[in-house]
Amino acid sequence: MTTASPSVFLLMVNGQVESAQFPEYDDLYCKYCFVYGQDWAPTAGLEEGISQITSKSQDVRQALVWNFPIDVTFKSTNPYGWPQIVLSVYGPDVFGNDVVRGYGAVHVPFSPGRHKRTIPMFVPESTSKLQKFTSWFMGRRPEYTDPKVVAQGEGREVTRVRSQGFVTLLFNVVTKDMRKLGYDTGPADTQGVSGPSLPQGFPQ
Amino acid sequence: MNPREEKVKIITEEFIENDEDADMERQKKNSKVRRQPRKKQPPTTVPEEMVSEKSHLGNQQEPVQEEPKTYLLSMTARRGPRSLPPIPSTSRTGFAEFSMRGRMREKLQAARSKAESALLQEMPTPRPRRLRSPSKKELETEFGTEPGKKVESTQQEIDSQSHSRVKFRDSARKIKPKPQVPPGFPSAEEAYNFFTFNFDPEPEDSEKKTKASHREGTNQEEEEGEEEEPPAQGGGKETDEEELLNGDDAEDFLLGLDHMVDDFIAVRPADYESIHDRLQMEREMLFIPSRQAVPTYKKLPENVQPRFLEDEGLYTGVRPEVSRTNQNIMENRLLVQDPERRWFGDDGRILALPNPIKPFPSRPPVETQELSIKGELETMYKKAVKYVHSSQHMIRSGDPPGNFQLDIDISGLLFTHHPCFSREHVLAAKLAQLYDQYLARHQRNKAKFLTDKLQALRNAVQTGLDSEKPHQSPDTIQKTINDYKSEIRQTRKLRDAEQEKDRTLLKTIIKVWKEMKSLREFQRFTNTPLKLVLRKEKVDQKADEEAYEAEIQVEISELLEEHTEEYAQKMEEYRTSLQQWKAWRKAQKAKKKKRKQAAEEHPYDETEEPYPEEDLVKPIPPEPTDRAVIEQEVRERATQSRRRPGEPMLVPELSLAGSITPNNQCPRAEVLRREDVKKRSLYLKVLFNNKEVSRTVTRPLGADFRVHFGQIFNLQIVNWPESLALQVYETIGHSGPTLLAEVFLPIPETTVFTGRAPIEEMEFSSNQHVTLDHEGVGSGVPFSFEADGSNQLILMTSGKVSHSVAWAIGENGIPLIPPLSQQNIGFRSALKRADAISSIGTSGLTDMKKLAKWAAESKLDPNDPNNAPLMQLISVATSGESYVPDFFRLEQLQQEFNFVSDQELNRSKRFRLLLLRSQEVPEFRNYKQIPVYDREIMEKVFQDYEKRLRDRNVIETKEHIDTHRAIVAKYLQQVRESVINRFLIAKQYFLLADMIVEEEVPNISSEGSGILGLSLFKLAEQKRPLRPRRKGRKKVTAQNLSDGDIKLLVNIVRAYDIPVRKPAVSKFQQPSRSSRMFSEKHAASPSTHSPNHNADYPLGQVLVRPFVEVSFQRTVCHTTTAEGPNPSWNEELELPFRAPNGDYSTASLQSVKDVVFINIFDEVLHDVLEDDRERGSGIHTRIERHWLGCVKIPFSTIYFQARIDGTFKIDIPPVLLGYSKERNMILERGFDSVRNLSEGSYITLFITIEPQLVPGESVQEKFESQEDEKLLQASEKFQAECAFKFPNRQCLTTVIDINGKTVFITRYLKPLNPPEELLSVYPNNLQATAELVARYVSLIPFLPDTVSFAGICDLWSTSDQFLDLLAGDEEEHAVLLCNYFLSLGKKAWLVMGNAIPEGPTAYVLTWEQGHYLIWNPCSGHFYGQFDTFCPLKNVGCLIGPDNIWFNIQRYDSPLRINFDVTKPKLWKSFFSRSLPYPGLSSVQPEELIYQRSDKAAAAELQDRLEKILKEKIMDWRPRHLTRWNRYCTSTLRHFLPLLEKSQGDDVEDDHRAELLKQLGDYRFSGFPLHMPYSEVKPLIDAVYSTGVHNIDVPNVEFALAVYIHPYPKNVLSVWIYVASLIRNR
Repeated sequence: MTTASPSVFLLMVNGQVESAQFPEYDDLYCKYCFVYGQDWAPTAGLEEGISQITSKSQDVRQALVWNFPIDVTFKSTNPYGWPQIVLSVYGPDVFGNDVVRGYGAVHVPFSPGRHKRTIPMFVPESTSKLQKFTSWFMGRRPEYTDPKVVAQGEGREVTRVRSQGFVTLLFNVVTKDMRKLGYDTGPADTQGVSGPSLPQGFPQ
Repeated sequence: MNPREEKVKIITEEFIENDEDADMERQKKNSKVRRQPRKKQPPTTVPEEMVSEKSHLGNQQEPVQEEPKTYLLSMTARRGPRSLPPIPSTSRTGFAEFSMRGRMREKLQAARSKAESALLQEMPTPRPRRLRSPSKKELETEFGTEPGKKVESTQQEIDSQSHSRVKFRDSARKIKPKPQVPPGFPSAEEAYNFFTFNFDPEPEDSEKKTKASHREGTNQEEEEGEEEEPPAQGGGKETDEEELLNGDDAEDFLLGLDHMVDDFIAVRPADYESIHDRLQMEREMLFIPSRQAVPTYKKLPENVQPRFLEDEGLYTGVRPEVSRTNQNIMENRLLVQDPERRWFGDDGRILALPNPIKPFPSRPPVETQELSIKGELETMYKKAVKYVHSSQHMIRSGDPPGNFQLDIDISGLLFTHHPCFSREHVLAAKLAQLYDQYLARHQRNKAKFLTDKLQALRNAVQTGLDSEKPHQSPDTIQKTINDYKSEIRQTRKLRDAEQEKDRTLLKTIIKVWKEMKSLREFQRFTNTPLKLVLRKEKVDQKADEEAYEAEIQVEISELLEEHTEEYAQKMEEYRTSLQQWKAWRKAQKAKKKKRKQAAEEHPYDETEEPYPEEDLVKPIPPEPTDRAVIEQEVRERATQSRRRPGEPMLVPELSLAGSITPNNQCPRAEVLRREDVKKRSLYLKVLFNNKEVSRTVTRPLGADFRVHFGQIFNLQIVNWPESLALQVYETIGHSGPTLLAEVFLPIPETTVFTGRAPIEEMEFSSNQHVTLDHEGVGSGVPFSFEADGSNQLILMTSGKVSHSVAWAIGENGIPLIPPLSQQNIGFRSALKRADAISSIGTSGLTDMKKLAKWAAESKLDPNDPNNAPLMQLISVATSGESYVPDFFRLEQLQQEFNFVSDQELNRSKRFRLLLLRSQEVPEFRNYKQIPVYDREIMEKVFQDYEKRLRDRNVIETKEHIDTHRAIVAKYLQQVRESVINRFLIAKQYFLLADMIVEEEVPNISSEGSGILGLSLFKLAEQKRPLRPRRKGRKKVTAQNLSDGDIKLLVNIVRAYDIPVRKPAVSKFQQPSRSSRMFSEKHAASPSTHSPNHNADYPLGQVLVRPFVEVSFQRTVCHTTTAEGPNPSWNEELELPFRAPNGDYSTASLQSVKDVVFINIFDEVLHDVLEDDRERGSGIHTRIERHWLGCVKIPFSTIYFQARIDGTFKIDIPPVLLGYSKERNMILERGFDSVRNLSEGSYITLFITIEPQLVPGESVQEKFESQEDEKLLQASEKFQAECAFKFPNRQCLTTVIDINGKTVFITRYLKPLNPPEELLSVYPNNLQATAELVARYVSLIPFLPDTVSFAGICDLWSTSDQFLDLLAGDEEEHAVLLCNYFLSLGKKAWLVMGNAIPEGPTAYVLTWEQGHYLIWNPCSGHFYGQFDTFCPLKNVGCLIGPDNIWFNIQRYDSPLRINFDVTKPKLWKSFFSRSLPYPGLSSVQPEELIYQRSDKAAAAELQDRLEKILKEKIMDWRPRHLTRWNRYCTSTLRHFLPLLEKSQGDDVEDDHRAELLKQLGDYRFSGFPLHMPYSEVKPLIDAVYSTGVHNIDVPNVEFALAVYIHPYPKNVLSVWIYVASLIRNR
């Protein structure tokens, strides 16, 4: 790849799944994975991860701190399908069954730099009261067939969810060659030169 | 008056006022404290009152500090000594600050403690009793024992202010009656007075009493007024209290304790508050706004009339909907609270916004105290971002295509008048102008053109007159001639005018030139180089004269004609008018006579009489025209406008050849002028959209008043230009530039490009007035050429700019023009003013009248600014005066938001790729990483796609060889595509189960999962039971899978009756060493030591070492090698599954056409050792594998079945050279008789997919039908009943035909004639014929519907369609076979049931003498009812031509059921007595017509196939030489037709013998394959799967023969014989 005319741009994301707020639950762990479009390919790092189990902090905040690292690099030719991180949090219920405590997804921030994101989490609801009871009783809560569906819109209309908790993520985003390919995501003066960005080239 | 009563009252009052008279009390405090010990009891009411008072006071906005003091004082003064600590507990902050008070408190504390101790000593018993009165006790505890609570409780009471007040009043009332009870009080009072007399004077007390009594019923507020009398009151209170206390004391003394207890307990009445009182109080305290409408005058300032803006025509907006009562309430409230009436508008209504919702979100400013206004307005530095209009100033290489270029070429400037013009210049300019005009006229030469035209017209008239007779009616001819004549007249006039103009112009030129010459002579110098030369062109005088004369004559004659016509007309007119006149005269005369008679009677009438007489004058007869006169006229005119005959033609030529007199010879004024000219210079500014974008260099004005610039400006622009202008600036000397004029340039057409644009001249003029002191004539000032100053001229500065404006052309030849879409912007903005539709963006308003009607109906407020455009539109539209666009804009802003034009977008390969991908075009559906740049996208990416699009209608014969089949394949392809597209959308719908994994809710009604309780029992069940039950696997929806997720599990259990090797017997050859070698290894085998290998000798049998190879999607797995003809492998093979294009959607999976090949091979070891001597030290063997047979299972079957479990017949070629099966029977007959009933080999398999995939639900779509509605309902009912009883049994009543219509199933069954050919083979053997027919049917290629229609629906085609298509699935085969059987006279039914491996399928059942036969229509095999290896496993229903029978027996296996449909207990029939068979007509044709097969085509196909296969085999052996043994091939070719004839039976031995005879010294392994023909690819696959090509023995030779036997209707039976030969050494 020549520097003069790159054919892909790179998006490097590292950061961590910092902490979560799940007031009712304890001893949670979280899984993360990335969902991205067809024009994206991971080049380095891990696409998926599963964290340690954490317990609530004993102070007022009652935070569940994972500080679980994320580090992945993507290459792409098209911003369409920009990667999303999908988080799913699990923990034991009263009977000790591992049940899902929340799903959530967020796009990796577009602009380079440090970003903190707090994602509201949600879980699918049981279809009926009876099922809710049995699922609680049997420790088999409804779950998504694949956590990745939370990053997609397809088929979501058939599900009903309830919000539950928050997860805070920290991203450090580095992009490469985005501007060269005409995608200006960063602040205008990061390069010192106010290079003409693509949109200006088009008639308004 | 009862003094006691008074006192109590006073006490109550006193507490109200105790803060007012705080000072008083403070003064008195000491004395009180001193007296404290003496007071035995505080008044019982005190605590309560205190509380209420305090709260009351607090609410009256008394200073807060007062409160504690109040407690303090009242406490200390009157509270019981027990209530020790209340004061310190009050946590008021400001409290401690008052040091004075602090001191006081200390003192009080001391006093209180003292008092308490005293009290405790004195009165131990009565006090608690007294506290018993309920409310008091409570409060006392609050105060006394729980000081911390006090604040709380007070707080509470503040909240319920009114309540406490009520209490207060109550208590006051309660106390009132009390004093009356004990009668002996006066004495006590006296006693008290006795002690206290000194302190409190009587008069004050009485005064106070009156006050108090007066105050009793009044409102609380009035208390404020009492401030004037605190001292008195304080005194009074003091007295009262003392009195009361002393009274008690006295009583105590007098009556003893008992009495006192009675007194306090008994007399207290229950708390009661009359409703009346409360209402009154509420009325005083609460404000309840009235619901009555407020009169307008109240809401407006006085003496102001309400103003209604709406009536005045101003727009007021629509008020939000608020109910009238609510508005009234609010108004009333506002009137009370806010007397300024700020909330009311001019019309006396509450102000209201039309829409209470703010249009944009806002948040109230955060008011932190530290942040000043300055802080909020703090400016932030933000770096200015330069708006680079990228390429306007710099041109970069990667210019985005959005930049356009306009080239403005300014070549020069020419003044037609300038202040510095001398007189000569003026004339010269005039001359030049005239000359230009002349040239222009000359170029056009209109006179000549008109002359020619005239000539032509004359000729036409002439010919018209001549050819009058032949055809055409005289009328039309006359008419045309008249037309011509008028035309001639017209033309002549025009020509004359033109000629005259030409002539005048010429004259003027000459005149100006003469003037100029005289001026030059006069001023004795020349300023201009102009020179006019008049060139004379000689003409032939005679000819000219003749022409001239002829012309004149013609004209004269024409004129004459005209005149005569005119004359005739006039004469006519004259005659008629004369007639009239004469008549009139007669009448007149008659009248006159009458009048004369009447004149005497009416003398005054006479005045009126002359009028009619004057009306008609006697007409004058027109004069006949005189030719001479006309000739005169014509000649005159001719001389005027035309060149005289013989006169030479004058051609003026203007040249700049003249010399200009040099400066030194000129007079001074002229020199000055010339110098002035030299001082002047000019430049032009280029204005684009009224902004200066560039300017030319400054150039001096030339002596000839021309300025040459010759500059080209490239304007890089983005938008379509709005205006383009040039400004002409002139500088004189060193002074600043003055604007001479502005020239607006037209924006060029889009077709005008640089290089092709003509230079145009734009005239400009200035209105400046310049007077000069030299020869220059100035501008805007009059001057004259004449010496006397007459004939003045005023000339303005004017000139011409020659320029050209054009669009530039880019490097790649693309014109840099803004897209046309942009061009409209200017136009649109102008349009917007008139076109309301575009400005309001209402899309559907096409019909103006409807719109107007709607507007009228919806009562749009015409004054609302929001509606203005609409209103305007409506008014315009209804008045009908304006243009209303007849188009409709769906997205009117779309154009503005288009980045580039559509064409450009389409040209972009990247965009195209993205578009195709998002459209899920199969080729691009999973295209990854679309490159960033167009240049990186290879053109070939699209090639396949484009080819497919192109080929959609082109039949390609290369693949298929056979044209008919190609057409069919194409047709099927198209049907499939359309069906798939139709249902793809339906596939987008997700079910909850697709998205969410959720436990099934335990269903009480369903028997499967049991009662809710049972499922709960499951909780208690063992985790690992001893007898585990099989649980259903979790199903996976196909959407989230990726490559490698899906595996195909093939469990090969065992096989039966595998053919075993026959020793390669030859008449000439000893058995090969290898086989001996091999048999030696298996010493246990009885055959080993047989010295003589004989085919008939059972013990001489060698074993077989079979293994199974499973190949799927070109992945190959194989089991280990087992031994013997009945091997047991029990091995699980795992094959990865890859979906096409990585698309794991259900639709895609359903259309997977791959087939699982399960091939059984025999592993043969060959010794390659050359030398026997080495045998001891090493073993050198080569493994060869010989194909024995195969089982093919389509993936779609596995996918829909989820698992395939069963024993399958191995498809073994009819001839397997070197192998045989007979011996098996001999050996094993004893114990396995059942198996021996059937021939062939079998293999037991278990195939499944891991994870289990959910097959797509077939879309339940209601198809239209032509069936009777009743029948449809009945069939639905029947199906529902059946499904209810036996949900797993297939029940079919209606099917969908190929047109998508629902058809009742029995309509498909009808006797149909099989091909005559087949019937004639075995005319007497019905069974043989039946087998032949079954074979024929099985030769029609199988094509599952599920593959072609993606499991969406099962389409049934009729038998003729099936034969035409030559492809179908089980149903079509079964229907056809059944129909054939029916026509053969058999009793036949269609069996719907489940079979392995097909799953739900259709078989054919026939009744032969005494037993039933089950036919597999796809293979042509038949089975007895009790055949264990019959693939049909369940029977759902039987379908005959006139009825349907559903299996309601307990079992559904064909082995265990009774096929006698006449028994209603076993078979539920559709048509019964209640619903008799209506006699449905069949959808099948009357008769099937068979074309005889084309033998030649078959032969051709056969050759081509052979060639293709040979090439393929060579391709598969890239590293080895492939030799073909021609001799063997021809032998095989001869053999194949025999096989076809015998259908593969009973020829093996002969064949073998023959082969051995001919190819004796070859070790031979090969077999014929038999297949129906559909395409080439399956054949190739079949050959490939046998692995014949895998032999890598160096000297191997191959033989391949193909035979195609054509059957009627182009059904082809293909035989492929493949063999490998190794020459034995």
